[in-house]
Amino acid sequence: MGNITLNKVVKAYGKLEVVHGIDLDIAHNEFVVLVGPSGCGKSTTLRMIAGLEDISGGEIHIANELVNDLPPRKRNISMVFQNYALYPHMSVRENLGFGLKIAKQPQNVIDQRVNEAAEILGLSSLMERTPAELSGGQRQRVAMGRAIVRHPEAFLFDEPLSNLDAKLRVQMRTEIKKLHQKVKTTVVYVTHDQVEAMTLADRIVVMKDGYIEQVGTPMEVFNHPVNTFVASFIGSPPMNLLPALIVSGAIWFDENTSIPVPSRLAPHVTEGQEVIFGLRPDDLTPEGHGIHDSGEGTFLELKIDLAELLGTETVLYTQIAGSEVQGKMFVPRDVTPGEVLKFRIALEKTHLFDAKTKKSVRIS
Amino acid sequence: MRWRAEKHTPYLLLSPAILTILFVVAVPLVFSLYTSLTPYRLTKPDSINQFIGLRNYERLLDDTKFWWAFGRTILFLTIALNLEFLLGLGIALLINRITWGQRTLRTIMMFPMMFSPILVGFQFKFIFNDNIGILNNALQSLGLTDGAIPWLVERDLAMFSIIFAEVWMSTSVFAILLLAGLFAMPKDPLEAAKVDGCTPWQVFRHITLPFIMPFAYIAMTIRSLDVARAYDIVDVMTGGGPAGRTELLWTLIARVGYDNAKMGQANAMAYVSTILSILFTWYFFTKLVAARRYMGGAA
Repeated sequence: MGNITLNKVVKAYGKLEVVHGIDLDIAHNEFVVLVGPSGCGKSTTLRMIAGLEDISGGEIHIANELVNDLPPRKRNISMVFQNYALYPHMSVRENLGFGLKIAKQPQNVIDQRVNEAAEILGLSSLMERTPAELSGGQRQRVAMGRAIVRHPEAFLFDEPLSNLDAKLRVQMRTEIKKLHQKVKTTVVYVTHDQVEAMTLADRIVVMKDGYIEQVGTPMEVFNHPVNTFVASFIGSPPMNLLPALIVSGAIWFDENTSIPVPSRLAPHVTEGQEVIFGLRPDDLTPEGHGIHDSGEGTFLELKIDLAELLGTETVLYTQIAGSEVQGKMFVPRDVTPGEVLKFRIALEKTHLFDAKTKKSVRIS
Repeated sequence: MRWRAEKHTPYLLLSPAILTILFVVAVPLVFSLYTSLTPYRLTKPDSINQFIGLRNYERLLDDTKFWWAFGRTILFLTIALNLEFLLGLGIALLINRITWGQRTLRTIMMFPMMFSPILVGFQFKFIFNDNIGILNNALQSLGLTDGAIPWLVERDLAMFSIIFAEVWMSTSVFAILLLAGLFAMPKDPLEAAKVDGCTPWQVFRHITLPFIMPFAYIAMTIRSLDVARAYDIVDVMTGGGPAGRTELLWTLIARVGYDNAKMGQANAMAYVSTILSILFTWYFFTKLVAARRYMGGAA
């Protein structure tokens, strides 16, 4: 069983602590994505699971076995690196079979598993080439092949797509997703790209500064961010965050602008509370051009500063009480800057965070 | 002026280089090749005009002294290069592991290379001297031996002593080049290998060693040329003795050419030995090219 358990795991370099006692349970065959900005400790966490970094405190269990003091070779995991980390002096076939050869598997088993992996990843015609003769995408595929031939307890991916160009990245992302459906195994995947996290994960772990901010399914993290960091990190374009006050049952931005408190959040706020109002661009739409046109809503007249055409939708830049916000127009028509449109705010989709703790009012 | 014409300019600009090569390399080469076809003796300058074809080379075929020196040079080359490679590799791996003082150590390692080989020869001649040498004195003081070990007189020991001096002087060439290789090595494949199930030894054997071999071949190419023409250390330490037991090609050639004044014969020997050098260099160079292919020009 390839379940992985992190129990109060700490990583410190001398006095500098970079991972502050994180807890995480990863189920067998689950696809978990660690996501966060650079320096949030996600790669370090992955490398501790792999055994490439010492664990300064806490415990890591893989398949119910304590692995703190086991070298990487005894953890039965495989890893795909950002720079592919192929063995430059070996052919694709030798790269794929190297781990099995080291494990002293019989040649017929090696051949069978290598060919199987090559088949899955479409590498069969490249088997005799060396890594220097492969393109970036092909190298990435070899690196994944090298991981799957060993039938490990878990795959660890360390930003595997960040060296690829945008188009190839999308393509490989789908291939990784398909691969996981074919080869059912636990996956821990590290990325700074929230789109990768959303599309690939069974569960997303959002990290920041060595702490876990939120763990949940992509929809949970997207629909119910626990704090402003998660809210702004997940989703593209990012959520609009506006400072406001709760004044007599309304969210008050300034003298001229206020909107009602959404009914589901009303029990969680107090009169006079300083809050941050969170509104995704998808939920700020000109009347008749939204996707949530039914349900609780309110209207504001806003002047358009800029319109960005994306084809199926247009991103509209405007201002609410002097703060720049982005809205979206679905099924777009031409919009000229300066035009005043009546916007609908889908209130039931909005968020309120406490201004001091930055946490969602639902939990604080 | 025709000379000012633009098409002459390249030749004009190249002429210093062409002249230098002509007088420093080409003329001596052709002249020495010619003398190897004459019975030229330094004591009888007229003999340079007497052309005898390949007779000097024919005589070499039956010259056991020459072939012994030839074989001994190959042996010397093989032992010295392998020892230097292994020791250099060990030193490079150790220095690669330390976290500070790498630069200082690298500089210190170069000290033996800074001495003239003649001085190194004198130094080891003193160390290995059977009566007053510090080695025998040390061994006797420690009670490890009561007799005087004839380091430079007994034939195998003499060969050992020379190789020791050679290795002391030149191991750092390997160490420095291999260290450069280790510094240039990407860390990711090492980690991948660890995750792939390799023990530290297997990581070294399957990943590190193949990566730094091109650097070893570069060192071997340079050093094989150097060692194949070893002369100074041997001449100072043993003079090719005892009874010609440490005679290498170039000490023999110098003896024939200058002591016996048979320059024609010596030049014939020199040409045959040059072929040896070329063979070694070519061998290591092909190894280097083969090793470089998969590096994609990384080394």
